[in-house]
Amino acid sequence: MGLFMQHLCEPDTLCHHFLMVCYLAAIVWFMGLAFEPFTLRTYMSENAMGSTMVEERFSSGERALSLAKEFDAHKRKAGGMPMEWLVKAMQARGLEVFTQSFSRKLPFPDENKERYMVRGTNVYGILRAPRAPRTEALVITAPCSPGNSNNQAVGLLLALAQYFRNQIFWAKDIIFLVNEHDLIGMQAWLEGYHHTNITGYSPLQGRAGSIQAALSLELSSDVITSLDLILEGLNGQLPNLDLANLFYAFCQKLGVLCTIQGKLQRNDWDTAEGYTHAAQTMMLMVLKQACGRSWGDHGLFLRYHIEAASIRGINGFRHYKMDVATIGRLLEGMVRKLNNLLERLHQSYFFYLLPSLSRFVSIGYYMPAFGLLAVILLLRALDLWVNLGAPALEAVDGVTEAEQPSGPGVLTVLTPVVISHLTGVALYLLPVHLQEMAVEHFPVSETEAVVLTAVAIYTAGLALPHNTQRLLSGEGTEQGWKVLKLTALLYLAVLLGCTALINFSLGFILAVTLVPITASMTPHMPKALSALAMVLLSPAFTILYCVFIYQELIEAPVSVSEGWMLFLSVISQGILDHALYGSLVYPLLALFIYPCWLMFWNILFWS
Amino acid sequence: MRIFAFIHLLVSIPHGYSNYVETKAGQFFSSGHTNNWAVLVCTSRFWFNYRHVANTLSVYRSVKRLGIPDSHIVLMLADDMACNYRNPKPATVFSHKNMELNVYGDDVEVDYRGYEVTVENFLRVLTGRLPPSTPRSKRLLSDDRSNILIYLTGHGGNGFLKFQDSEEISNMELADAFEQMWQKRRYNELLFIIDTCQGASMYERFYSPNLMALASSQVGEDSLSHQPDLAIGVHLMDKYTFYLLEFLEEVHPASQANMNDLFKVCPQSQCVSTPGHRTDLFQRDPGSVLITDFFGSVRKVEITKDTINLTSPVDRKKYITGFLCCQTNL
Repeated sequence: MGLFMQHLCEPDTLCHHFLMVCYLAAIVWFMGLAFEPFTLRTYMSENAMGSTMVEERFSSGERALSLAKEFDAHKRKAGGMPMEWLVKAMQARGLEVFTQSFSRKLPFPDENKERYMVRGTNVYGILRAPRAPRTEALVITAPCSPGNSNNQAVGLLLALAQYFRNQIFWAKDIIFLVNEHDLIGMQAWLEGYHHTNITGYSPLQGRAGSIQAALSLELSSDVITSLDLILEGLNGQLPNLDLANLFYAFCQKLGVLCTIQGKLQRNDWDTAEGYTHAAQTMMLMVLKQACGRSWGDHGLFLRYHIEAASIRGINGFRHYKMDVATIGRLLEGMVRKLNNLLERLHQSYFFYLLPSLSRFVSIGYYMPAFGLLAVILLLRALDLWVNLGAPALEAVDGVTEAEQPSGPGVLTVLTPVVISHLTGVALYLLPVHLQEMAVEHFPVSETEAVVLTAVAIYTAGLALPHNTQRLLSGEGTEQGWKVLKLTALLYLAVLLGCTALINFSLGFILAVTLVPITASMTPHMPKALSALAMVLLSPAFTILYCVFIYQELIEAPVSVSEGWMLFLSVISQGILDHALYGSLVYPLLALFIYPCWLMFWNILFWS
Repeated sequence: MRIFAFIHLLVSIPHGYSNYVETKAGQFFSSGHTNNWAVLVCTSRFWFNYRHVANTLSVYRSVKRLGIPDSHIVLMLADDMACNYRNPKPATVFSHKNMELNVYGDDVEVDYRGYEVTVENFLRVLTGRLPPSTPRSKRLLSDDRSNILIYLTGHGGNGFLKFQDSEEISNMELADAFEQMWQKRRYNELLFIIDTCQGASMYERFYSPNLMALASSQVGEDSLSHQPDLAIGVHLMDKYTFYLLEFLEEVHPASQANMNDLFKVCPQSQCVSTPGHRTDLFQRDPGSVLITDFFGSVRKVEITKDTINLTSPVDRKKYITGFLCCQTNL
């Protein structure tokens, strides 16, 4: 009995096979989520918004385009945000105009966007509701981007402002915001509006009440073929599904082609191509959500419980093109329906996956996939717990062991934990703080210095087990690694569980790569092979694989060297996102996931 | 001999004539009521429930047009649609799309408005248990000769009607309230019309006499809304009340249309739901009940060119009592 209990989950036993089946079941469940009969059709949950029952009368498409050209000309002349022109244009349309200047120093230069010391101005105009008290507001924003981008968005914004000013049925104030330096400007505006952390930003003078919803426009051409909806925000947070439903309903009403992840919906779900199309759309959403950055200017609103989405106009190679007036009508309809809201959007789902715009998977359907992976860790931990309690039974059975009946010393278990976490702290703090020193000694730029320091610290962690065990007196015991593994398994289960609750995609992707190696890791496995497996499934390589898969999915595959450069830029973006907007992916990986992985690395080299 | 017969005839003619006047006087009170009241209640608030306010206001309009004055109408509206910020045509409530008919007009008197429309206030109005400080316009000052029309609209379910998103009135409470009214002799006959989902469940439990009830849908059916207006952006009316309004627009104070015509309003082909009615507690035959008995305030005026002899003490009492009755109910 004791022997049976001791070797409960050894390879080739029933338990071991059960765990493998669990893992495969989790993968199959996840992939099956994109299969159309397993998904639900989207529907409007909010009663106050009702159907698309409005009459859209916006017709100033030409005016929007001419405003776009003026904006472009003034932008070139000013070499940035044409503040005076924009203020005058908004005031001429009867809005209350305010500006906000902000400045921000990045921890190291951002090579993708080529900025380091950022200084800019946000300009926003408030359309006051003619009869309502100033308690609630809606926000429509367009970014002021350098070059040729997003001129039409600003032009449409001004044309809409003029049209909206003539209507009397607004129950909320409408704020028309043009932000500079995309997310940095948006962060400054939101912090100034909500009075959270106003260091470095001048506080806002004009306010309009609590914001109920926000829409961000990105439009860079005079005619478009389709509209893309972007939902993923900071830390993988998503707006209420009703906002996507509203967009989809109006696209259908006006006959506008709408896409999500840039992919158009297909009708043939029962064919292999149809299924792969839906699966690809869902995988793109999962990858975008996992990386935790805000994929549109709307992403920063979500933290303040403001439902927001970005709408991007795409000019593709299709026959049927739509003009700016149609987009204006779509926005008019959406804003009019949002105007009818009495409370914030809360009736529909906040956690979902979208294989297409008309089908969704809610949290109740996708969470079991993660649950199956967590069960593997917990069963392993249970097996170890039972195993650790079994030595007394062994003595009874008469089998002699060389080990001590009492537990291992606390030091042997605590040391790897502490050292792993210290390495994690080093991975989190040192790259940014040591960049000057690195730049002095090596011929690299600051960004490269930061990223390469991070990679170096990560690799240095691999050498740890050999070094720490030389320092410790006495050898590790059989009990020792089991206790460490039990602690590490429970720790990993808790970590992944909490991550999956907040950001399912991140939790699931980490679980898929970490669970198989950590559950089966023991010091008795062949060292070289298991070390290779552990390294290949470590968090850093997971990021690398995700980069390659993402590039494949957006139909822009990259070679290995390009992929490596992308991987390095992903790391630098992650650190920047954390420093600028408070994204939690980099701290989570550096301070918690990496130390956890290091603990298992320690177990592998336990002797 | 013939002269005696002739004199006998001459003497009996005034007596016969007084009998004739008596029967005519009896017929004057054949419907049993001398005054009309109306209690019209809309129980929903919020902009997307525009149609419930429009329902109530269209019944108010018909009832006023057919003669019931504001002093005899208790109008309860849970929200103000005409002045809602989202109304693109402020100070109007339309019942037909393309803004054909504005039922708000400029002489609407709302007695209970906004948060005053509660279950408690509704039951107090019906039973008369109001604090002494309540103004006359908020009271139902009916007596045992009053015919009362009660119209309810809003969101309902099987056995309940929702008041303002926070409370409900059940069909048992309503039945008990009517029983209180009967015992306190607060009505002569009562017509109860309800336009909600599963409306028929609300009159299932009535047990007091002289009640007639109509509902827009049976238990298990939903009452549907009629037309959206795209410029305003909401549904304007519910189907049942829309066709009820069309029917009532044809009725004028002298119309002889009776309750059987009212039961035929909005058959299933038009309403999608099946309207129901209940007449078992009503003593008269519905075919003899005029629409104007409940929806209008019709005074029967008879011009007499003859003098009436009041010397007989029995005759005098009858006519003076009738005369006094008419006076108190102005």
